[in-house]
Amino acid sequence: MILIYTENWDGKFKKLTYELVSYGSELAKQLNTNVVALSIGMVEDAELKTLGKYGASKVISINNDKLNTFDTQTYSTIISQIAERESANTIIIANNNIGKAISPRLSAKLKAGLVSGVENLPTSIAPFTVQKKVFTGKAYANIVIKSDIKILTLFQNSFGIIEADKDIEIENYNPADINLGTTVLETHKAGGKLLLGDAEIVVSGGRGMKTAENWKPIEELAELLGAGTACSRPVSDEGWRPHDEHVGQTGKIIAPNLYFAFGISGAIQHLGGVSSSKCIVAVNTDKDAPIFEAANYGLIGDARTILPEMIAAITKLKNS
Amino acid sequence: MNILVCLSHVPDTTTKVKFVDGKELNKTGVQWIINPWDELALTRALELKEGSGRKIKKVTVVNVGPKTTEPTIRKALAIGADNAIRINKEPLDAFSVANEILEVINKGDYQLIFTGIESSDYNSNSVGGILADLVGINSVSAVSGVDFENDSFKIKREIDGGYELVNVVLPAVLTVQKGIAINPRIPAMRGIMMAKRKPLQVVEPCNVEPLLEYVGYEMPKAKAACKYVETANELIDLLHNEAKVI
Ligand SMILES: Cc1cc2nc3c(=O)[nH]c(=O)nc-3n(C[C@H](O)[C@H](O)[C@H](O)COP(=O)(O)OP(=O)(O)OC[C@H]3O[C@@H](n4cnc5c(N)ncnc54)[C@H](O)[C@@H]3O)c2cc1C
Ligand SMILES: Nc1ncnc2c1ncn2[C@@H]1O[C@H](COP(=O)(O)O)[C@@H](O)[C@H]1O
Repeated sequence: MILIYTENWDGKFKKLTYELVSYGSELAKQLNTNVVALSIGMVEDAELKTLGKYGASKVISINNDKLNTFDTQTYSTIISQIAERESANTIIIANNNIGKAISPRLSAKLKAGLVSGVENLPTSIAPFTVQKKVFTGKAYANIVIKSDIKILTLFQNSFGIIEADKDIEIENYNPADINLGTTVLETHKAGGKLLLGDAEIVVSGGRGMKTAENWKPIEELAELLGAGTACSRPVSDEGWRPHDEHVGQTGKIIAPNLYFAFGISGAIQHLGGVSSSKCIVAVNTDKDAPIFEAANYGLIGDARTILPEMIAAITKLKNS
Repeated sequence: MNILVCLSHVPDTTTKVKFVDGKELNKTGVQWIINPWDELALTRALELKEGSGRKIKKVTVVNVGPKTTEPTIRKALAIGADNAIRINKEPLDAFSVANEILEVINKGDYQLIFTGIESSDYNSNSVGGILADLVGINSVSAVSGVDFENDSFKIKREIDGGYELVNVVLPAVLTVQKGIAINPRIPAMRGIMMAKRKPLQVVEPCNVEPLLEYVGYEMPKAKAACKYVETANELIDLLHNEAKVI
């Protein structure tokens, strides 16, 4: 059985959830088994049932107010209990903040080998071999998981969604004695902003943009495309943009379908965070900037004059 | 109260990695550094100690690695760590590394254990969480800040679209990322001199079997050359009609 931890956001699943279930369902075909999802939190039955559309045959739903606090120890204990009860041989989790917190603890509890950030199905089932990026994207490693139980975290937007209509059963489960080690004192959350990891298009700017004021057209372009905004590290260090927009080795690692780099030189540490993008567009005044080696499309020129022209061209396209 | 900082010894981030027969890293010419997250964690640990009015007594660093990691460990001592432990073993996977560090924690008295969110070589994202679970203590992941106030630690952790401030029952492992410190401390001349006399204890490993085996490496496929365009109109046209991404 393949167990998938399906996190929710205010009671809703995201594309990333369905991507996890799709991945699990394809893997289940290879392993000749079925897919069970585990949901923790208040999620309506109608929403839980959507997991069936991507091939889950059962969802175990846990709804307990205490679990509104994310406590790493508690969450991983519950997930490992379910994994044992259901005799899971593979566990799949998102490679995001929550997934990165839970998966190593599960690895220890279940003595299960963990490979984080996979992008594809295993290249072999026996021995169970998966590939992942190492050296911040500079190479791939082939890794054999030797334990009976395997844990994989899936890199967001790497696998895609595959529909597979299945009848899905909902089971409610109540974990015994919950003992939280974490107390949340304050929560700060900017509502409404598209999360960088969820964005299919990302518009990013570097030091070549020169000032914070020059971000207006970047924001305008992003708005027009329904895109997220990002930046290079010096830009967030300067305070021109918020820290959560910083992409790269030391910031967020993203894999959108389209990544625009305006005034970004393309340092290796920057590329480590964006090189998995399906299409990279670079606009830079320096024809020798390394970003062009990573880019699919390049335009040599001043980002500040090209941005308004692009906005006009996209507006025209949208109206046609 | 003491702090332990786990150090991973990694190739400099600008290294052009190469492999010997696709089987192991070619170490020729590689410059080695303290994993950037661990360097920031150490910086913050030292700041916490200095600001604690002697309540935090010692900052210890630990590395699982062969003798060749000692220059990296000495650098941590030069930056200001009080003492160091090296567990004499080539790291094989996160599970076995964490099991080695477990022994150090069981023998020591650490209230706070810092690990990085990932090491920049194998990017396994694992050691901190596995370690916390093996010891049986709490862990907080995605930690971007920590303060010492009224004898307790106030921890800032990143969540989707924002952050939370939390307290956690100690001892605990904090897995740290961007924000934990702004710039790493650079060793000063005096620090380098003092580091030579600071204790670097070498302990033998307990040799727990790894759960993973890294069987080979491949380079990413060469990508097609960049297609250059002259105008914004041409670019948008290609993105729409050729790449079909907008
Ligand atoms: C351990 C470590 C980790 C790091 N992690 C990261 C990370 O996660 N993310 C990251 O981004 N960086 C990271 N860096 C920093 C990285 O090495 C680079 O310094 C940084 O990415 C450069 O940012 P930039 O491209 O915005 O600026 P610059 O390198 O200054 O490049 C600016 C570019 O803009 C171009 N330009 C100038 N004017 C214009 C104009 N009018 N129109 C168009 N183009 C113009 C220039 O030709 C140049 O190519 C890290 C460094 C280290 C040592
Ligand atoms: N060989 C090692 N010795 C000591 N600490 C390590 C070692 N490898 C990893 N760590 C710690 O675990 C963190 C995460 O590494 P990893 O799980 O390998 O990505 C690093 O930032 C270090 O703090």
